[in-house]
Amino acid sequence: MGAVVALSDLVDARQVWRGRAAPIPAGDQPTGLAALDAVLPTAGWPDASVSEILMPLDGVGELRLVLPTLARLTQGQRPVVVIAPPYVPCAMGWRQRGLRLSQVHFVMAAEADVLWAAEQCLRSGACAAVLVWPKQADDRALRRLQVAAADGQALGFVFRDRRYLVNSSPAPLRLELAAHPSPAIWVRKCRGGNPPAQPVPFPATVH
Amino acid sequence: MLWACVLLPSLALDGVLRRQPDSGPLVLVDGPVQTRTVVALNAEAKAAGLRVGQRLTAAQALLAQFAAMPYDQADVDRWQTFLAGVAYRYSSEVALLPHALVLEVSRSHGLFGDWPAIERRLRDDLTALGFRHRLAAAPTPHAAYVLAGVAHGMAVLAPDHLRRALDAVPVGKARLPAAATAALPRMGVRTLGQLLRLPRDGLRRRFGAELLDSLDQLVGDRPAGLSLYVPPDMVDWRIELTHEVENSAALVFPVRRMTSDLAAYLAGRDGGVQRFVLHLEHREGATVVTIGLLSPERGAATLFEAARGRLEQTRLPAPVLALRLRADDLPPFVPEGRDLFDERPANALPLGQLRERLRARLGDEAVYQLATTIDPRPERSQRIGAQDEGDIDPWPRPSWLLERPIPLRGPAPTVLAGPERMETGWWDGQPVRRDYYVVETAEGQRAWAFLPPGEHAGWMLHGWFA
Repeated sequence: MGAVVALSDLVDARQVWRGRAAPIPAGDQPTGLAALDAVLPTAGWPDASVSEILMPLDGVGELRLVLPTLARLTQGQRPVVVIAPPYVPCAMGWRQRGLRLSQVHFVMAAEADVLWAAEQCLRSGACAAVLVWPKQADDRALRRLQVAAADGQALGFVFRDRRYLVNSSPAPLRLELAAHPSPAIWVRKCRGGNPPAQPVPFPATVH
Repeated sequence: MLWACVLLPSLALDGVLRRQPDSGPLVLVDGPVQTRTVVALNAEAKAAGLRVGQRLTAAQALLAQFAAMPYDQADVDRWQTFLAGVAYRYSSEVALLPHALVLEVSRSHGLFGDWPAIERRLRDDLTALGFRHRLAAAPTPHAAYVLAGVAHGMAVLAPDHLRRALDAVPVGKARLPAAATAALPRMGVRTLGQLLRLPRDGLRRRFGAELLDSLDQLVGDRPAGLSLYVPPDMVDWRIELTHEVENSAALVFPVRRMTSDLAAYLAGRDGGVQRFVLHLEHREGATVVTIGLLSPERGAATLFEAARGRLEQTRLPAPVLALRLRADDLPPFVPEGRDLFDERPANALPLGQLRERLRARLGDEAVYQLATTIDPRPERSQRIGAQDEGDIDPWPRPSWLLERPIPLRGPAPTVLAGPERMETGWWDGQPVRRDYYVVETAEGQRAWAFLPPGEHAGWMLHGWFA
């Protein structure tokens, strides 16, 4: 152990190599929330990927998070597919938030078909974004969705309960919504950078 | 004028082979029951020594195992009409001749290119559909018909060259009236060239006006006198299966054939189909599978996928003997507009096809759109459809609605906005009198809830500002 080895020799001999950060996937999909864009390494949703949104209970702002993006996409005449939503979407409410409903397609699917339908839509390349509420989705199912989203160049939004936070996930971006003490978004995982230590405030507006 | 002739030498056999792809010696027989003779046979039967014109009993003596199917003239006519429909995409002038089709192609040059290009397209179409064929082109339809019978792929493009091309054709192959065909070689007239140089008066005295008329039609001195094919406005095809099928998976092959035929027919007609019906015929009765599409389609893959999706969900109560495809309404087909600078991936599926795929598995009503109505009552403020009615409401509306209002449990919520008095619907017996508020629950959810006017308790939850 006495011999001193110069590090450069090891590097030249390729026995030791420098770690290099993977290139940050270029993002072209702002979330519409400046504070959130600022902390994400992709400056928005990761393109052609699945983003996971975890929430403690329904109605804490999960749609408020994605509807600005959907409004931007539908106004650009890009179709959006919503698969098995947990409630009835309020058409007037969505219009008030800027969505063009002629570009929004809803899919009614039984529990067993939800993931199949989501994968078909993501892979097809016909949809700009796909929203899905799977009741049970394991690591493998999410990976399939991620691969399908990359194939079809689509944005996937998977809404799940917060208890799945402890499970690992192949999604490049995981956001957790918190309602207490004040509405906030925790970035739990973001590919291409470290998750920020502080939550992003997510103030609710009446609209 | 340039007429193309598609000669279909083995139409009956090809029609049968399309239904049963598995090879093996196969012959078609015709004639009275006692003296059945072979009228067509495939390559394997030919290799075993069977010949056209042989008695069926003689054939059975030569070969122990082969399939014999009755020759069906109605079937042959149906295939010929079907191919006329396919050829119709290349020309509006298509006529049927015995075992052949003729079509005028000179006016299609602008659209499809010159004759070699059209010939290649025709050949590809016919090969894809599984029909053996011989092609020829000539300035008159009858000359094209004769040349197709003599040589494969012969093309006479200029009228001046027609006589030279016809010169060497044997009289026996010139498709002249039967009496002349039999008598002329005995008189030493063996080729068409010799015949065309004979004095007309003598020919008329010997054979009557009929021979001269057909010669004039051949060289174009007389109108061809063809009755042109008019495509029907509906599709009704039926194929009988060779054996009883009990499993719907085994129907996939014939259904694929039928849907690709339908696609070829629709392309010829420049139409689409929005709804077609498959009858799976049993010994008694039939199972009806209706395939409805969201918009008129004509892609072979789209039609087949839609049909297969419905078929997979169909349970067969009894074995299937025959398939029938009916499409009554063939609306015009409008191809989907695509952006020249479309950035979607190359393998992208059109949205329409994706929706069909989802509907095929999840049910016809599974894919829908929502639109607002002018009714202010939340229960009636939206409907399934694509056209929004009314303007954007000035009052806040939630993003999720509940199917019906439910009592809001827990401590009294904090009111953030409201009330919005909704008092309407008195005219149709379902009046609504409510004060809507935007509230925040103890858990931090934003809700859309209402109270009866003037009350302070009894919150009813109707939606979430998610």
